[in-house]
Amino acid sequence: MKLETLKADLVERLGLEEAIKLAGKKTVPVHKHTFWYFWGGISLFSFLIQVVTGILLMVYYRPGPEAYESVRQITYQIQFGWLIRSVHNWSANFFLFSVFVHMFSVFLMKAYRRPREVGWYSGIALLLLGLTFGFSGYLLPMDELSFFATKVGMEIPNAIPIIGPPIANLLRGGLEVNEFTVQRFFALHVVILPLLYMPLLGLHLWMVQKHGNAAPPSEEAKEPSQRKTMPFFPNFVAQDLGVWLIVLNLISLLAALFPWQLGPQADPLAAAPEGIHPEWYFMSQFAMLKLIGRVIPGLAGEAAAMTLFTLGLVLWALIPVFDKDKTNTKRSRQVLYFGIFVILVLLSTTFMGFVI
Amino acid sequence: MKDEQEMVLTDPSSPSSPEDVSRRKFLQTGVFGACAVYIGAIGYPVFRYLNSPVEASQLASAVKEVTLDKANELAVGTALMFKFGTSPALLIHHADGSWVAMSAVCTHMGCTVKFDEGAKKITCACHGGVFDAATGENISGPPPRPLERYDVKVNDANVVVTKIS
Repeated sequence: MKLETLKADLVERLGLEEAIKLAGKKTVPVHKHTFWYFWGGISLFSFLIQVVTGILLMVYYRPGPEAYESVRQITYQIQFGWLIRSVHNWSANFFLFSVFVHMFSVFLMKAYRRPREVGWYSGIALLLLGLTFGFSGYLLPMDELSFFATKVGMEIPNAIPIIGPPIANLLRGGLEVNEFTVQRFFALHVVILPLLYMPLLGLHLWMVQKHGNAAPPSEEAKEPSQRKTMPFFPNFVAQDLGVWLIVLNLISLLAALFPWQLGPQADPLAAAPEGIHPEWYFMSQFAMLKLIGRVIPGLAGEAAAMTLFTLGLVLWALIPVFDKDKTNTKRSRQVLYFGIFVILVLLSTTFMGFVI
Repeated sequence: MKDEQEMVLTDPSSPSSPEDVSRRKFLQTGVFGACAVYIGAIGYPVFRYLNSPVEASQLASAVKEVTLDKANELAVGTALMFKFGTSPALLIHHADGSWVAMSAVCTHMGCTVKFDEGAKKITCACHGGVFDAATGENISGPPPRPLERYDVKVNDANVVVTKIS
């Protein structure tokens, strides 16, 4: 009985009635595409794993000149350090993968339309921050691969005319990737990016609570009486938790069976190893740079590829401006074709990146 | 919602029939058990991970013997600080030619003590504890116990300090 009083007291003091009311009223559409609703939650869960394992790694990681040595200790000396590091890496990849799946399913269900534009914009910003998390985290072990990946990656800001080189130098803390770069990327990875990410994530999640899950156009076309829903709490939450459990098992299994490797220490004087390529989530850009470089050699090709990519990204982000609501079916179709084209280009260039 | 279904399936006049209770209990035990397994499977590696340096220093402190090269050349009436395992220790070459080794960790609050050559005593600066430099006995101040003594063996090229078991 005492526990009940405590619960009632807390609800009253914290003003939880509103939240409980909202959660009680909220429903999730049930149809043949309901499966895709789980991918936002999967992204969130793998992000939470990142936070926990990231804090654990910070216990032993030392940025700066000792970076490689500290990661070597984590991987080979500290009990279960290899597992924590491996889970951090695997969940990072899983995180970005699920973010992409989530984004494209939102796109195909046209869930960016009124009133959910803010959800789409904040999602795009979260994706870009997520990619920056990946890029900055990749350098931290300071092994051969991470060193060269960062060296090449920094050529992208470097290629911007006039303002590019000073920006790249500031990010690197020098003309080359060195121990100052690791220190800066570490600050970016564990302080600046989380500070930006958390409030945006809060906004993104609030938008989902506020507007609910969007049903795809095929469902929207049905009579309201024909549409099926399930309560958000407890039904959808329970299923969500079930999916999280599967994800937890999958990541643990992958992390334990395929532990993340640590390459040889970065040597600024050594030549880049053969077949060096970025992580899969940067592969498309990498392949496009290479492909366009074949057609237009030199700096012009690089500039063309980057302009194309930036333009594509801006168009992609502004989709809700063009395809506002369900009244304009012609625009809606055009956007759909554009999106399918983007997905095909991304998939094919990513695949080509591994082959060429 | 589940309760409603069960209400229909079971006799409405006895909503908590024995089968109903035992089924619920079984499910509860299963869920709690699974949670416990997960907490253990995640908690154990995390604990070992965080505890790693503790394990390493416990291993290092298990040292039974330390060899101090050239310590046999220590001048009469002076002392040498060295590390026994993970904690500081004192080697004293007394004016009468005798050798003494003991822990330099004060038995009061764990400060590191020092050999006072003039007074021929061991003193602790933190709370004013005083120990006998020959035996390690606590003479005055707050220390409750004598300092831990070690065996000393002086050789031609070194001094070997051994824990008294």
